[in-house]
Amino acid sequence: MQYSNLSEKIGLIKSGRISLIENVETFLQTIQSRKNLNAYNFVFEEEAIQRAKEIESKIKSGQSGKLAGAVVAIKDVLAYKDHPLTCSSKILSNFISIYSATSVQKIIDEDAIIIGKTNCDEFAMGSSNENSFFGNVLNPVDDSRVPGGSSGGSAVAVAANLCDVSLGTDTGGSIRQPAAFCGIFGLKPTYGRVSRYGLTAFASSFDTIGPFAKNVHDLALVLNVISGKDEKDSTSVNQNVPDLISVLNNQKKYKIGIPKEYFAEGLDVEIKNSILNIVEKLKAEGFQIEEVSLPMTEYTIATYYILITAEASSNLARYDGARYGYRSDNYSNLEEMYINSRTEGFGTEVKRRIMLGTYVLSSGYYDAYYRKAQKVRRLIKEDFDKVFQQVDLLITPTTPTTAFKIGEKSDNPLEMYLSDIYTTSANLAGIPGINIPIAKNSNGLPIGMQVLAKQFDEEKLISFASRFDKT
Amino acid sequence: MSKFNQKYEPVIGLEVHAQLLTETKLFCGCSTKFGNKPNTNVCPVCLGHPGVLPVLNKRAVEFAVMMGIATNCNINRHSIFARKNYFYPDLPKGYQISQYEEPLCENGFLKITTKDGVQKNIRIKRIHLEEDAGKSIHDKSDTTLIDVNRCGVPLIEIVTEPDISSPEEAYLYLTKIKQIVQYLEICDGNMEEGSLRCDANISVRLKGDNNLGVKTEIKNMNSFRNVEKALEYEISRQIDALEDGEEIIQQTLLWNADLEHAYPMRTKEEEHDYRYFPDPDLIPLFINDEWYNKINHSIPELPDARSNRFIESYSLPKYDAEILTQEKDIAEYYEMVAKNSRDYKSASNWIMVDVMSVLNSKNISIKEFTIQPENLSKLINLISDGVISSKIAKEVFQIMLESNQDPEIIVKEKNLIQISDEKTILEIVKKVIEKNPDQLNEYLSGKEKVVGFFVGQIMKLTQGKANPQMVNKILIEELNNKKNKI
Repeated sequence: MQYSNLSEKIGLIKSGRISLIENVETFLQTIQSRKNLNAYNFVFEEEAIQRAKEIESKIKSGQSGKLAGAVVAIKDVLAYKDHPLTCSSKILSNFISIYSATSVQKIIDEDAIIIGKTNCDEFAMGSSNENSFFGNVLNPVDDSRVPGGSSGGSAVAVAANLCDVSLGTDTGGSIRQPAAFCGIFGLKPTYGRVSRYGLTAFASSFDTIGPFAKNVHDLALVLNVISGKDEKDSTSVNQNVPDLISVLNNQKKYKIGIPKEYFAEGLDVEIKNSILNIVEKLKAEGFQIEEVSLPMTEYTIATYYILITAEASSNLARYDGARYGYRSDNYSNLEEMYINSRTEGFGTEVKRRIMLGTYVLSSGYYDAYYRKAQKVRRLIKEDFDKVFQQVDLLITPTTPTTAFKIGEKSDNPLEMYLSDIYTTSANLAGIPGINIPIAKNSNGLPIGMQVLAKQFDEEKLISFASRFDKT
Repeated sequence: MSKFNQKYEPVIGLEVHAQLLTETKLFCGCSTKFGNKPNTNVCPVCLGHPGVLPVLNKRAVEFAVMMGIATNCNINRHSIFARKNYFYPDLPKGYQISQYEEPLCENGFLKITTKDGVQKNIRIKRIHLEEDAGKSIHDKSDTTLIDVNRCGVPLIEIVTEPDISSPEEAYLYLTKIKQIVQYLEICDGNMEEGSLRCDANISVRLKGDNNLGVKTEIKNMNSFRNVEKALEYEISRQIDALEDGEEIIQQTLLWNADLEHAYPMRTKEEEHDYRYFPDPDLIPLFINDEWYNKINHSIPELPDARSNRFIESYSLPKYDAEILTQEKDIAEYYEMVAKNSRDYKSASNWIMVDVMSVLNSKNISIKEFTIQPENLSKLINLISDGVISSKIAKEVFQIMLESNQDPEIIVKEKNLIQISDEKTILEIVKKVIEKNPDQLNEYLSGKEKVVGFFVGQIMKLTQGKANPQMVNKILIEELNNKKNKI
């Protein structure tokens, strides 16, 4: 049965031309056959079929929601009532959530089927999905390579046809970077657009939830469902959510900026050429394109790693073995219980970040690191504010390289951190960004282009990205 | 005390935590009700489960602002919440949400009056909002049990400048704080139950020295008297140490009320580094004019203002006014009694003496007191109208306590109306004199003391109902008549 996007598929499901249960079963079979990719931490087989039956009868009674029958995978940092919430960490390996995240509840309310929880870097900390208690996730394009991170499992689940769409989280590029590495669309919304309630906090002022999809239509569909002010999240914003489906293919010729700092040293030549190629085509089509400058760019990575580790060190304090989660067997007093539970329960990268964050908040160092970084963050945001007075959208590479080999960077955290060099600024500034798969390199690896817009301008991202959607 | 009055002076600052009487917790919808089964007033938010977020309770903000206004503070229209990070099993998130830089209220003061009548301002440095931690219960075996019910209950922390110079002043300051939170109805002010808690910073210095000495902090003083005792203890300890040429070590001490001794808990080096930073889960708290005005209007008349009004409107002595306004409910009871009675001072006396002694002996509050204010007014009016004597009134009061009846009915039913008819009294006087010739002779021979005997006999005969002033007057006249006849 042919369909070009999820809405069409849902239409076929509703009209009975696609069997809802067969659809779920097909996904379950593919998941089984692609088990080697290790995209899922948990697959809810029986439950998904049960749910498919319920939704089928809802469809018959004419009361089904916007996502009726859509098969959705969610990153294992999102709370889903009565289901495991591990964050791919040993420390939460036995934890079952007692409530659902707002974003998860919203897709359930629209009658989506949650088929499983996807693998990711531990507590969403990583760029390659190599920091998971459940093991590496493999890139379906080339299984000797990483899928990117931290939402590696969610990206792979979409890229390898293990679900219709998926939810990931993006704190510094964790949606856009794996989308680029796997050759699919991924959108990081404006900070405050989607409720964070139920998203296990890594860096609270950076964390966002967004969709992965094979086409822009599906991205728009899911983003519309999960957006909106939530009373349970004080940082969510009461901002009108436009109908993103209606802006698809509207052919608007937005004014585009090319920030020169994002095309400097360190960028893979093939990626650079692919993007410049597109820029030339856009020019030919009559787009107004100008070079712009974001002078604070060189401070992005340093600022980002000071602030996110600071917040993480505090956010992860609750995992202490006292009330829930993993507790070491080996202790004779409270302090030992804390130390041993956390030493045994957290992986290396998480511990590194907790220590960095604890350091930058310590008395005597706070002003030099945390307070200074907060000031620089404001300057970075001002850079973007200025640029978005001149242009509607910014085009940049999503990543400096295409998907790298498993193990290639795992011994060099600094090099790993640099793979976020083009994505972290959007989280520092709180603006939305999208990855558009634009080409494949000479090795057949996907190349991604990032497009950024000002706060709450997702509409422009969706409209512009739909030009590149070949489905 | 005298020892340090001569050479040293103590410098004391207090940190008071007051538990706010909101229905729900500071950052979630759980009940704040005290005494529920352990770990029943809980939800994912106050349990610190992964992914939860705090949502600020507006009512708690209003209570904190009320306290700020009542203590003459500047209310910061823009304030921020911060995380105070430390590990403890009864702190589920591993941090307490509090305020650090930019608290809600700053730079206030509170007026206290010492025993010698000297007025003094105690400056208040800041008042901020924060959440309470849970409770750790260490049982007899080696285990520790945790009750999270209290976790997230709103507190205000009220911090003074080091303006307090004696344990007595500390006591007066605390009494004032308690009085204000009770007037505002934002905290029940019960230190024994922990809804009001106090920590003290103490140092001593030579009189006239402008520099502060090394301070210690005392925690765990769970009553007003304990605060005074602990402060006295620590001041003496520091002076003794200095006199012996020792240095004071900056440290935190825990007061043991049973042993009346403070034990070291940790030294400065062992202090936590709380790594305060703004809580990214909460947006800055902004109080606009409309909200501020609404809160300001909701502040009731405060104790000092009420005391002054009592002096003016009811012509009460300052002493009476202060005692009656100490507790809001008693002040309100007084006003209800005074409103319907014709003798304000008498109403004051009845409440300060008779009513309060009942409250004390039964250990009840005025709200549980059985005599309705309008009935007490009637009793007072019966006296001032001469219907019953003060002595009879005490009896009626006792009957009222038990039966909760209208005093006018009691007086009628029990036939307690005062005999004020001159003829009747004269007849009784004559009768008593006649019956007691020996005592009469004593009187005639100059022993005027026997007047008391005659009065007693008359009262006995009339069951206390005879108007005592009239009895005195008529008796003396009669006795003098007899004297003159000789």
